[in-house]
Amino acid sequence: MIAHRSHIYGVIGEFEKPEQLVHAATKIREAGYRYYECYTPFPVEGMPEAMAMRRNDVPLITLFGGLLGGLGGFGFQYWANVYSYPINVAGRPLNSWPAFIPVTFEMTILFASLFAVFGMLALNGLPQPHHPIFNAHRFTHASTDRFFVCIQARDKKFHLAETARFLQGLAAHHVSEVHDD
Amino acid sequence: MSAGQPPMDSPEIQRLTPVLGPGHTYASVTDKISAIVLTRRTSVGWYIGFLLAFSIFGVMNIAIGYLFMKGTGIWGINIPIGWGFAIVNFVWWIGIGHAGTLISAILFLLNQKWRTSINRFAEAMTLFAVACAGIFPLIHTGRPWYAFWMFPYPSVMGIWPQFRSPLIWDVFAVSTYGTVSLLFWFVGLIPDLATLRDRSTSKPKQIIYGMLALGWRGSARHWQRYQSAYLLLAGLATPLVLSVHTVVSFDFSVAIVPGWHTTIFPPYFVAGAIYSGFAMVLTIAIPLRKAYGLEDFITMRHLENMAKVMLATGLIVAYGYFFEFFMSLYSGNKFDVFLVQQRLHGPYAPFYYALILCNILIPQLLWFQRMRTNVVVLFIMSIIVNVGMWLERFVIIVISLTRDFMPSAWGRYSPTFWDWATLIGTMGMFVMLIFLFVRVLPAISIAEMRELVTETSEEHK
Repeated sequence: MIAHRSHIYGVIGEFEKPEQLVHAATKIREAGYRYYECYTPFPVEGMPEAMAMRRNDVPLITLFGGLLGGLGGFGFQYWANVYSYPINVAGRPLNSWPAFIPVTFEMTILFASLFAVFGMLALNGLPQPHHPIFNAHRFTHASTDRFFVCIQARDKKFHLAETARFLQGLAAHHVSEVHDD
Repeated sequence: MSAGQPPMDSPEIQRLTPVLGPGHTYASVTDKISAIVLTRRTSVGWYIGFLLAFSIFGVMNIAIGYLFMKGTGIWGINIPIGWGFAIVNFVWWIGIGHAGTLISAILFLLNQKWRTSINRFAEAMTLFAVACAGIFPLIHTGRPWYAFWMFPYPSVMGIWPQFRSPLIWDVFAVSTYGTVSLLFWFVGLIPDLATLRDRSTSKPKQIIYGMLALGWRGSARHWQRYQSAYLLLAGLATPLVLSVHTVVSFDFSVAIVPGWHTTIFPPYFVAGAIYSGFAMVLTIAIPLRKAYGLEDFITMRHLENMAKVMLATGLIVAYGYFFEFFMSLYSGNKFDVFLVQQRLHGPYAPFYYALILCNILIPQLLWFQRMRTNVVVLFIMSIIVNVGMWLERFVIIVISLTRDFMPSAWGRYSPTFWDWATLIGTMGMFVMLIFLFVRVLPAISIAEMRELVTETSEEHK
């Protein structure tokens, strides 16, 4: 790490329209940058493709949660009624599985939902009260009506002046540096 | 518009009554919705409404406090009518909640754009209705301080709840429903809380909304996972909402009581739940859009669509009533036939006729577009339907329990002052929570409205 970069998080540029940001993100990727991130007030269509994002793992985590809840829910009822406290009601089967289905179903939904939400938050690294990007001037607009892209200083290709010029070349407004603290 | 539109929505009608008023931008949508929470002065009307609701909530607390001192003997319940108001109210409230989940999950999966401006407060309504519903089985247990016995935990007694009982299924269904509704609502709120954090000018607000927003920064990678989680939640909430009232109906249909032991209960309970829920959404939406000038966001098209859903589910409910009636007669079972006679001519017959009037006859007016687009008519209709749906549960529970198999087991039921105080008290709690919600959180999803701005502006190109 070069000393003067240590307090720079990256260079940020601003766009007015989502299509402009999608275009810019494609160009940035094509220029060879790897560590950059877009910030938008709502999910923008075409963004994952423009940034060549990896497949996300939320569905897999949700599936795991659902399986855990379903198998756990049924397994617990089975264990409670067959092993832990068996009650013989006129010789009827202890594993009366049709009666266990409602609770099994609810547990499947409950665990899948909990895993989906907390899995999503965990993969996103949230909650995270502070992040260097919040130091960016005008970044409060990212939750209203402006579309930002930030190329991070840790990228090998990053060069403060050149990256800034590159962003300006993509018609970004208010190109400025973002400090780490 | 989108692929999933019902055919009766011709493109012409859509152009005439859009889902979003013309000329809105990302900023104007954000301003208008967040201003209600952040910058607008709290109106005198809000204080009056809140105080009124808060007082009624106080009545509920007194009623429940007195109940805890004296026991369930202060209610009108007796043997054989052990269920009474508590269960009538429970089923009614939980049913109301269903429309919120239907709007937020099922209409989301069907890609219905008109859901966007009503889903947030409909979800809030779900949560508050479930909160009201949850009170009743709890206080109906008689010794609510032992209510945790219904959950399976390793106790010194060494036994487990009876997993073969619909009442335990209910515990799981309702608690799962409450939890998933809360998650769904909160996930939807995260980006909006970030907007409020960024737009509020005072330090305490920034801190509170900032904490709640969990540090959301709108990163594209986050959005991707967020959308995926939201879609999955919608997919999970859809079978869940259908299962909840199905399980509630099992409380009745698994029992052998005449009038309860029927297989039509699950679908007709679910339809009834959605019916009353949409009625409640209209009851809230109509004053809300008026009070906060949200006519651009909650347009006539929304109200009309909700009226159509009410009409459709109302017809399913009517079908349910008809076949409940028909199957009882067709079965030739003398107890079932007798129950039908009791509904028509028994001591509670006026309630049955009132129910038919409120739930089937009056809502037929919704066939006329002039009625569906008349705000006053819709508002009155929504209240009539809610009264009707409450009567339905009253008729199901009270008539069946007062006319059991043997005349020696027959009885009469009449609610006491404390029954009414608790029911009206929960309405106060519900309204109070709605008032607090519209004051401190965005009643319409800002992030989704911005998406709608993009989509509607593309259509005009």
